[in-house]
Amino acid sequence: MFDVAWLLFALPAVGALVILLLGTRLPFKVVGWTASAAVMATFGVAAALYFGLLALPVDQRSVTIVYWQWMTIGNFQVPAAILIDPLSVLMALVVTGVGALIHIYSIGYMAHEERYQRYFFYLNFFILAMLTLVMSNNFLGMFVGWEGVGLASYLLIGFWFDRRDDMYGWYADAGKKAFIVNRIGDFGMLVAMFLIWSSLGTLVFTDLGEAVHGLAPAAATTICLLLLLGAAGKSAQIPLYVWLPDAMAGPTPVSALIHAATMVTAGVYMIVRTNALWHMSETAMLTAAWIGALTSLFAASIALVQTDLKKILAYSTVSQLGYMVMAVGLGAFGPAMFHLTAHAFFKALLFLAAGSVMHATSGVLDIRRLGGLRKKMPATYWTFAIGAAALAGIIPFSGFFSKDALLVAALEKNLAIYLVEIVAALLTAFYSFRAFFVTFHGRPRDEQLYAHVHESPQIMTIPLWILAALSVVAGLLNLPFILTLDKWLAPVVGAHEKINITIELLGILISIIISFFGLLMAWALYVRRESWPQRLARPFRFLQPMLENKWYIDEVYNMAIVGPLKAAAGWFARFFDPKIIDGAVNAVGEVAIDSGEAVRKLQNGAVPTYAFSIFLGVVAVVLYFVFAH
Amino acid sequence: MNFTLPYLLSIITFLPLAGAVVVLFVPGEGAKKTLALLATLLTFVVSLLLLPNWQNVAGMQFVEELAWFPPLSIRYALGVDGISLFLVLLTTLLMPIAVYFSNLYVHKRLGAYMALMLLLETAMIGVFLSLDLVLFFVFFEASLIPMYFLIGEWGGQNRIYAAVKFFIYTFAGSALMVVAILLVYFSTGTFDIVALQSAQIAPAVQTWAFIAFALAFAVKTPLFPFHTWLPDAHVQAPTAGSIILAGVLLKMGTYGYLRLAMPIFPQAAVQWGPVVATLAAIGIIYGALVALAQKDIKSLVAYSSVAHLGYVMLGLVAYNAIGISGSVLQMVNHGLSTGALFLMVGFLYERRHTRLLDEFGGLWKSIPVFCGLFLVVTMSSAGLPGLNGFVGEFTIMLGTFQAMPFFAVVAALGVILAAWYLLTAYRKMAQGEITRPENDKAHLKDLRLDEVLLVLPLVLLFFVIGLFPNLFFDKINPSVEALVAQQQARMVQHVTVENSGEFSTNLFIVETLGQ
Repeated sequence: MFDVAWLLFALPAVGALVILLLGTRLPFKVVGWTASAAVMATFGVAAALYFGLLALPVDQRSVTIVYWQWMTIGNFQVPAAILIDPLSVLMALVVTGVGALIHIYSIGYMAHEERYQRYFFYLNFFILAMLTLVMSNNFLGMFVGWEGVGLASYLLIGFWFDRRDDMYGWYADAGKKAFIVNRIGDFGMLVAMFLIWSSLGTLVFTDLGEAVHGLAPAAATTICLLLLLGAAGKSAQIPLYVWLPDAMAGPTPVSALIHAATMVTAGVYMIVRTNALWHMSETAMLTAAWIGALTSLFAASIALVQTDLKKILAYSTVSQLGYMVMAVGLGAFGPAMFHLTAHAFFKALLFLAAGSVMHATSGVLDIRRLGGLRKKMPATYWTFAIGAAALAGIIPFSGFFSKDALLVAALEKNLAIYLVEIVAALLTAFYSFRAFFVTFHGRPRDEQLYAHVHESPQIMTIPLWILAALSVVAGLLNLPFILTLDKWLAPVVGAHEKINITIELLGILISIIISFFGLLMAWALYVRRESWPQRLARPFRFLQPMLENKWYIDEVYNMAIVGPLKAAAGWFARFFDPKIIDGAVNAVGEVAIDSGEAVRKLQNGAVPTYAFSIFLGVVAVVLYFVFAH
Repeated sequence: MNFTLPYLLSIITFLPLAGAVVVLFVPGEGAKKTLALLATLLTFVVSLLLLPNWQNVAGMQFVEELAWFPPLSIRYALGVDGISLFLVLLTTLLMPIAVYFSNLYVHKRLGAYMALMLLLETAMIGVFLSLDLVLFFVFFEASLIPMYFLIGEWGGQNRIYAAVKFFIYTFAGSALMVVAILLVYFSTGTFDIVALQSAQIAPAVQTWAFIAFALAFAVKTPLFPFHTWLPDAHVQAPTAGSIILAGVLLKMGTYGYLRLAMPIFPQAAVQWGPVVATLAAIGIIYGALVALAQKDIKSLVAYSSVAHLGYVMLGLVAYNAIGISGSVLQMVNHGLSTGALFLMVGFLYERRHTRLLDEFGGLWKSIPVFCGLFLVVTMSSAGLPGLNGFVGEFTIMLGTFQAMPFFAVVAALGVILAAWYLLTAYRKMAQGEITRPENDKAHLKDLRLDEVLLVLPLVLLFFVIGLFPNLFFDKINPSVEALVAQQQARMVQHVTVENSGEFSTNLFIVETLGQ
């Protein structure tokens, strides 16, 4: 069963190569379906691996396949190898499953794009890199996928590299920003790998469990904080989340696949994968928990006032990733993976539904110009409703169960974090339904735009319905007290910690109340237009400009880091290097040799004589020394 | 038995020289072009014979030895080991590419040009194969002259200044080296590079000779702050000159440091290691920042070389197998990546006759094949995992981290900056809108098939090295491990010999080495 694992990489690679080499000669549909078929087949392979694992006894569900020795110098040895275990297979299923749906959706969405070969090539390449990331059995192999998905993300954000608009500036710049900010995180990953290898002598994940016991607490903390920096880059956490909102410049299916469902969860996956290390450092875990908690609150607060549908979803993604990072920080690895999976479904759904709106409005996503789309786009309307309900955590949608699992873990372990997350959950419910109501309910605000609105073709709505169905039922993966997913992941992350039943029930109750309260507030404010919610919000009006400008974080970074570095670069390049260093060189040169003379002779065409006399001079000097002795 | 040739190394070294003579005397431009290309291709094919006959062991292979000037025991001695093998192959691979490019675009005094290129190849291969200090020095100096003429005669606007600066600067370095070579000879009585690796040289002599060697190689590499000749030389040099200069010539500096300065003067090298490491680390950050502010692509790539060779020097002075093997591979990687970068820039320059980034923009629309390939080359240079540059950079930093963690962290910061300046260049050139009519589809032609085929071998090697670096490490490691082991043994020896309070610092050095 596991012999087919190499196809996980071969299939998307072949898909990408076929498109790269033959794409220009193939029509749009063929290219789109080639790419989609490759990913669907890959999903089949992932499913085969799943059944393969299922057939094994629980304690043997960890299969390593070494393909070749990648790097070997003395005792530094890294294999090119994969690890098939419950965690990697779960990720592979999510990546290829959601990935296949989004590939198919793209066949509809990108139908009018002239550079379609490039698009599907990048998409298949992304799947290849993402599977490398999740399947690798060691840090360095994971890092290949880690930066590979970064490259795919860079290329796809800047897919329309020749476009610019007021919201994103040049799209190409958004892609560049994503890559560079991610490299800051990768710096953390690199140094973490140096430290891990130096202190543990291995980079292989399955060796960590035993090796960590000798690890000094300070070293463990340093390593984990560096890994956290890496996770903050990839999973868009404070302080490195700034690239993700700009990443929305990419085509919407890309936002769904890469910047919501899969790539951005890599940081969370990486922490879960290295949980053995994290168990060694309480400090690092608490830091992660707080970073995650604050990110979720902070991003949710920005999402409240955004007027672009994709930006709302982007900040929502940052916020939900914050929940996951919070959870891994509290040691709730199973619930984090549960939320990761459910989020992949409902956030991909929301983005694709937003894409369907975009498709209908020729790219307009400003919710102030939308409204009343319900009647013209029923499929989009209902699927978005399901996605919004799941995101808001309305019972019994999947998001309710997955978020509740995180919240209960917080309630059990850290009340302060729990309170932060409850507020964030309230905001989430509110902004989810704000986006939903303003877009689909009420009267159209832009009649001209509304006149052209139409429902998307089936090739787009069918993936929407499949994801909607998954968003409804994914809660079944890990129902409270039954915990199918927690048990599945137990061989990797350890058994689920028993939670006091009173706390569990209390948590569920609060979650239900909070989500409905958020829903009601949004309904009252945006459908009923009553005055009480406005009065309720008035004391916080002073926050409005801060929120609308995203807390001025981009500006602060530009002033504090980018600006000074650029100024230094300019000063080095225009003054220090030519005037000081080279100035000194030339001054020395002029003293030593009459270079003006040399240049004059050269210009007279006496080059050979001159150079050869130097050469002969050297030989003469050598001989002189030699014979003088 | 695999097929091989007698005097294989001599043939590889002097085939190009023979080619140069023929090219000079054959009439007709077409014949000169064809013959020059054939000579370099033949050299490449012959040099490939090294691989099937290779043994993965330490020590020199294919050794040839002849007395040259017996009274002073100066020998004609050639040999190749894991450290020099891939540098030789890099040279023989890049030469046909550079010559083919020149065939397309060089028209002035073709015979002399090709003869100089071929002469240069002989000199460069000779540097990597010499086992005798005098022979090494002769080749080292001989490489200066053709490059000097290539820049001075076939270069850009300001070529005379650049050529003279290149010549005098590197020549000043070599002048120091002559003195140092004589110092070495007078204190050991031999020029034998292999024998010198186990010779004892008095500490005071070591220090001075080491400084002289190190300076010569620091200029060549170039190590910050001895780098200012490089941007001038690159900007002015013709494309093929830049490919060879960045691809091979700079490695003569790092190679010399590893082959001569480190093993012949072990104590001094260890003592001065932190100084070199500091300069290398400064070079990584400084080169990257200055590259960020460049307007001309060629000077951007030149400054990126300062940063990249900073990594190589850092790995060398880490003094462990991981760092040094990484550095040896990274020399090859830099040759391939930067060679490819200059080649691509050359294609663009021949079409647009400018290299200023601001003159471009949106090229991905008009010349997609060029831009796609350029992106792969850029990513290789940026050290994207899965490609060649990453393997070298990672092992270098990992090795450095064992010896000098702080410098490894600085080097890792350089990885962020590399992405910044490379993507900025790519952004200005390939992305955005087409702002000038010269850059649109009607005026700018995409790469022809032969031009793609010229870059393709380099691009394929990016992937081969990135995914299967052990094909290379298997051959590099034994020589590097032997070098490190010998080094450690000699340090211990040295302490026993001294065995007094005078050199107590050495005890500390041994400890760091022993790690």
